Amino acid sequence: MGSLTLSIPKSGAAADLSRYVRKSESGSAFEIAVWGARCANCIAKIESGVKAIEGVSSARLNLSTGKLAVEWRGDAVAPQSILQRVRALGYEAQPYDAATTLNEGEREGRFLLRCLVVAGFGTIFVMGLTDAVWYGGEDMDAATRNLFFWLAAAVSIPITLYASQPFFRSAARSLIKRQTNMDVPISAAIVLSLALSLYQTILHGTQTYFDAAAMLAFLLLIGRYLDFLLRDRARGAAQHLVAMQSVLARRLRENGHVETVAAREINPGDRILLASGERAAVDGTLDAATDADVSLVTGESAPVSIARGGVLRAGSIVVGRPVVMLASARAEDSLVADLARLLEAGQQTRNRYVRLADRAARAYVPFVTILAVLIFTGWMIAGASIAVSITNAITVLIITCPCALGLAVPAVQIVATGRLFDHGMLVKSGDALERLAEIDVAVFDKTGTLTIGMPELLNRKDIPRDILDAAAQIARTSNHPLARALAASAGEGPAASGVREISGSGLEADIADVPQRLGNAAWCGASAIAHASELWFRAGHAPPVRFVFSDAIRPDAAEMLAALKSRGIAVEMLTGDREAPAADLAAQAGIESWHSGIDPKEKAARVEALRAQGHRALMVGDGLNDAGALALAHVSIAPGSAADASQLAADMVLRGAQLMPIVEAVDIARKARVLVLQNFALAAAYNITAIPLASLGLVSPLIAAATMAGSSLIVTLNALRLAGRR
Amino acid sequence: MNGIALIIAAALSFGLAALVVLLWMIGAGQYDDLKGAAERILIEDPEDKP
Repeated sequence: MGSLTLSIPKSGAAADLSRYVRKSESGSAFEIAVWGARCANCIAKIESGVKAIEGVSSARLNLSTGKLAVEWRGDAVAPQSILQRVRALGYEAQPYDAATTLNEGEREGRFLLRCLVVAGFGTIFVMGLTDAVWYGGEDMDAATRNLFFWLAAAVSIPITLYASQPFFRSAARSLIKRQTNMDVPISAAIVLSLALSLYQTILHGTQTYFDAAAMLAFLLLIGRYLDFLLRDRARGAAQHLVAMQSVLARRLRENGHVETVAAREINPGDRILLASGERAAVDGTLDAATDADVSLVTGESAPVSIARGGVLRAGSIVVGRPVVMLASARAEDSLVADLARLLEAGQQTRNRYVRLADRAARAYVPFVTILAVLIFTGWMIAGASIAVSITNAITVLIITCPCALGLAVPAVQIVATGRLFDHGMLVKSGDALERLAEIDVAVFDKTGTLTIGMPELLNRKDIPRDILDAAAQIARTSNHPLARALAASAGEGPAASGVREISGSGLEADIADVPQRLGNAAWCGASAIAHASELWFRAGHAPPVRFVFSDAIRPDAAEMLAALKSRGIAVEMLTGDREAPAADLAAQAGIESWHSGIDPKEKAARVEALRAQGHRALMVGDGLNDAGALALAHVSIAPGSAADASQLAADMVLRGAQLMPIVEAVDIARKARVLVLQNFALAAAYNITAIPLASLGLVSPLIAAATMAGSSLIVTLNALRLAGRR
Repeated sequence: MNGIALIIAAALSFGLAALVVLLWMIGAGQYDDLKGAAERILIEDPEDKP
C-alpha cells in the first residue's frame, strides 16, 4: 500500500482541516486514514507518538481498517500537527471526510455478529431441551415432553426470527425484483419449520423442528459472517480510497490569500496553486510553462512539457516548476469524471453477474416447490388427512433446505482468498474469484503494469563514478522522474545548493565554482538521439555526458505471460504509448497481439468487443486511463501502485511488485470453483437420499438436524482441502 | 419435576447472562479490530517511572 502515497499532495501542508474535525461537547474527534501500519510496533509507535502531542486525550489505531481516531478537549490541538506527526513517523496519512466517515461496514459486521451470537445461544439451549426428548422420549411422560416443546418454542421462535433478519431482508429485496436468490428457500424453510413445530406443539404432537430451525440460522450465519469478513478485508482499502477522493486543493483568492478547499468545491475560473509533485484535481490552463507527469491520463511514461496557456488534465502531476492553474471545469466535469462514468457503466454490467449459489438457487427453488406440491397431493390421494399431508410436504422443504448453498461457497472462498492474500493478492469480493475462474483472454496495460512504471538508468556502468555523483547532487533537488531515477541509481549522498531551474531546459548549479548543467541535449551542447529518454550532464566546458533511461519490464512479466498461455488463456496488450516502445516491450514479454496509441475510451471499447465476441476477459491495468476497461472487463486486477480509481474499479489488487500472483490467482480460482461444485454435489447427494424418506414421512426431527449439521461439516472440511495443498 | 424446573431456569438465566455480556462486547466495539487485538498483546507496557 506504500506506493499509494504517490497520489497524495503532501504540499497541501498549510491546509485548513477544521472541516474534517467533528466537534461535540466533550471535545473534538478527528479520523485519519493511515497507510503502512502492519504490526504491534506500528500501533505502539503511532499511538504513543500522537498521544505525546500536547492536549491529545486519546489515540486509537484500528489495524484492520487503518483508521486512527484521535480525540482532544476543546481546541487544544491543531489537526495539522497530528497529520504531520504521523507522517514524520514514516506513515502516510490523510484525513477522513467527516461526511463519508459513516461506517457501514462496521455496523454490518456488528449486526451479523449479534445475529450469529443470538442464534448460537438459541441452538445450544434448544438442542438441550429437544435432544432430551429425542434420546429420552420413551421415559418421558407426555406432559413433560410438551412442557419441553413449549420452552423450546419460547426460546427458539423469537431468537430464530431475530437472527434470521439478514436472510429475510435479502429474500425480500430479491422477491421485490421478481427474482429468487438462495435466501428465498432459506427464509421459507426457517419460517415453515417454526410454524410447523408450533402447530405440532399446540396439538401435543411429537414432530417439532425448533432445534433444526435455530441450527439452520446459526450455520448459515457462519457462512454469511465469513463472507462479510472477506469483503471487509477489502473494505479497508476501499475506505482509504474514499479518504483519498476528498483531495484538497489550494485556491488563490483575489486578495492573494491561499485557502484550502476540497476538490469538489472548485469552480471554473478559480486559480489553483500547484507545487511540484502535486496532482491537479480539475482540468485547467496554466499561467506558465512547466513539465507534467500525465501517465495516469494517457499511460505515457515520459513527462511532457506544457507551454504557458496549455491545458493540464485532472489527474496529471506537476513535476516541473510550481504553477498557477486557471480551472476550466468543475471536478465532476473533468476528464476524471468521464472515466468515473465509464466506471459506473462497468459496475452495472458486473452487477448482472449471477453468483454460482444464486444460479443454483434459481434451478432449485422451482424443483423443490413442485416436489412439495406433488408430495402433498400424493398423500391426499392416498387418503391421508390434510394435516399429515401438509406436515410431510413441509418436512421435505425443511430437509432439502440448501444449507450448502449458504455455507459451501463462502467456506471455499474464505479459504481461497486467505491463501491468495498470503501470496500477495487482495481479493475484493467472493464472486470475483468465480469470475476469474472463467476467463479465456487476459488483456494487459503496458506502463506500470507489465513495466515497473518508473524510468531506470540504463547505462550506469558506462558513466564514471565522479560524474554520476556530481550529476546526482543536482538531480536530488528535483522531482522530475528522470532526475529521481538518476538520484536513485547513485544512492544516498549530498544535494547541491543554489540549484536554478530553467524551464524546458534543465537544472543548473555551481559546484566548487564550476557551473554544472543537467538537462536536455541542446542545452548541454549535445545533439539528441531520437526515441530515447535521456538526460545530459555537463560540468564547465567538459564534454557532455549522456544518461539513458528506460522503463524496465517487470522481472517476472514474461514468465507470468507464458504461464497464462500454457493455461489456455490468450494474452493481449493495449497501451497508450507510442508504437516503438510498445513493439519493443511486446517482443521482450512475448506478446503477439498488441495495440499502441490507444486512448482510454478505445481501451474500454476493446474490452467490450471481446465480451461481444463471447470472450471472458481479465483486464490488468494501473492507470486512470485503464479504469474504464477495468470496470467493463469480466474480472480485473490492478497493481498496488495503481491510481485510486483503478484500484477501486478492479476486483483484485496486487500487494507487491510481483506479477506471478496473477497466475496463482487463476489456479486457485479454478480449484475453488471445482471445490464449490463438489460441495454442491455433496449437498445434493445428501438431499437426494433424504427426499424419499421425508416424502414417505419417515424423517424424524433428529435425522433432519443431523443431516443439516453433517452436510455443513462435510462441506466445510471439503473447503479446507484448498488450504492444505501447498 | 421441581428439580427440572430449577435446572432449566438456572441454565436459561446463565445462558442469557452470557448472551447479554457478549452483545454488550460487540456493541462496545471489541470485535471491530481482531487483527489489531491480536497484535496489541505484543506491545510492551510503558515501564513505571518513579
